[in-house]
Amino acid sequence: MEKLERAMPWLFVSGLLVVWELAAIGFKVPVFILPRPTVVAQALVLQWGPILENSWVTLLRTLIGFAIAVVAGGLLGVAIGSSRLVYRGLYPVLIGFNSVPKVAVVPVFVIWFGTGAVPAVLTAFLVSFFPIAVNVATGLATVEPELLDVLRSLGARKSQILIKIGLPRSLPYFFASLKIAITLAFVGTIISETVAGSAGIGYLMMAATANFDTPLVFAGLFVIAILGIVMYAIFAVAEQRMTFWAKRGDGMMV
Amino acid sequence: MKPFVEISDVSLMYPGAGASETLALEHATLAIDKGEFVAVVGPSGCGKSTLLKLVSGLHAPTKGGVIVAGHEVAGPIKIVGMAFQNPIMLPWRTTLDNVLLPLEIVEPHASRFRANRASYAEKARTLLGAVGLDGFADSYPWQLSGGMQQRASLCRALIHEPDLLLLDEPFGALDAFTREELWAVLRDLWKARQFTVILVTHDLTEAVYLADHVHVCSKRPGRIVTSRKVEMPHPRDKYAPDFVALVRELHNGIAEVRAA
Ligand SMILES: Nc1ncnc2c1ncn2[C@@H]1O[C@H](COP(=O)(O)OP(=O)(O)O)[C@@H](O)[C@H]1O
Ligand SMILES: [Mg+2]
Repeated sequence: MEKLERAMPWLFVSGLLVVWELAAIGFKVPVFILPRPTVVAQALVLQWGPILENSWVTLLRTLIGFAIAVVAGGLLGVAIGSSRLVYRGLYPVLIGFNSVPKVAVVPVFVIWFGTGAVPAVLTAFLVSFFPIAVNVATGLATVEPELLDVLRSLGARKSQILIKIGLPRSLPYFFASLKIAITLAFVGTIISETVAGSAGIGYLMMAATANFDTPLVFAGLFVIAILGIVMYAIFAVAEQRMTFWAKRGDGMMV
Repeated sequence: MKPFVEISDVSLMYPGAGASETLALEHATLAIDKGEFVAVVGPSGCGKSTLLKLVSGLHAPTKGGVIVAGHEVAGPIKIVGMAFQNPIMLPWRTTLDNVLLPLEIVEPHASRFRANRASYAEKARTLLGAVGLDGFADSYPWQLSGGMQQRASLCRALIHEPDLLLLDEPFGALDAFTREELWAVLRDLWKARQFTVILVTHDLTEAVYLADHVHVCSKRPGRIVTSRKVEMPHPRDKYAPDFVALVRELHNGIAEVRAA
């Protein structure tokens, strides 16, 4: 049973690819509309040089943007979660900010910083810091009031409460948000690269589209998906290690 | 002798916009001697938890004053231990480290905590043993049952040897067997250590089983309407005729308060 559970994702993906392949052959879909998986694989192998080079660029930009988001989002979350005043002042601003579609700001970044790495890193940062800040703030703001009473009655300072209760308590929220944030950061980088890039997977896909090289576009999509899954998995493992106590043993309900 | 805790004609108003402000306590007066075990019973919402907040210095009274250990309360008094209905252990700390938490906060322990950790841990283990948690010091709270967590919560309330123990319906969520076991645990700790206790509860049997004095609180705005001394020696038998009679008397008193 456990083996089956582990094999499920692989079985499902393989099944999907097989169905896709057969459907594309059966319905005689032209390659430039929807290339078959085998054709995409061929593109991956034939053009692995440029794909690898551009993936590396995208990965690096994503990680830099993400790192800034972790620091800035974490600090902002602590500020919002531990001070009522900051919460009142900043929360509406953050909500407003988060409802602006980030694609819309990429052209502005391009005007300011050109088409290099900066707009991509900035976009990755912008789309990924919000969930981090909100989650950390939630962890801090939901500390049980009775526990605060216990500590305050002993004369605990705000900083002591933050260090001993608030921060450890918000760790599971923080790590849960990292999984989401890293995949969002990828989306941010690639959006920026497709709008105005001179390198990166997003740029490669745009260039391929211009040449009607649909198999290469799909190869790019595959690479992005795989990078996303790997990053998500890394942070999921980190979450498991760091906050084992928040899962209390089993977790799954089925 | 002056009382250890003196609540004199205290009123407390929770602020709110217009009509939504709440008068939680009005003209509440209560005196508690050092080493006394006092129970406060009364209908839900009558201001029992509020009363504990006033005594611990977490809230300032709107009117009147509270004196604890000879000083007017004007902020956290730092000589209290507290436990609540919900044990609220920190899930990332072992039971031992949960019990040690107050020592990391309150002086003079906090500044020498690192240097003396071993002896403090020894003390915590002894206390855990006294409440029947031998061998669970290194377990995480989520590995313990509700009753065991509540025992650990009592240890956390007592580890810094507070002069005043404030208990807010600490046994309210436990099953009857566990609850009565914990009554005995609390009684023995109190007998051995002689701290002053204010126990808030709505279980009359619990109040009469443990307390020297049972104070009955009126419905909101709360004040103490009757006080009854319990003279029976420990350990008490909750089926003894005078015990049952006292519980019934208090019960009738509360029924009157509610009807009023
Ligand atoms: N922080 C607060 N703000 C406003 N009203 C409160 C607050 N805490 C308690 N109250 C109100 O004060 C009254 C007394 O509350 P409480 O002391 O918790 O009662 P009890 O513990 O006896 O059930 C209740 O009506 C409650 O709604
Ligand atoms: Mg209450």
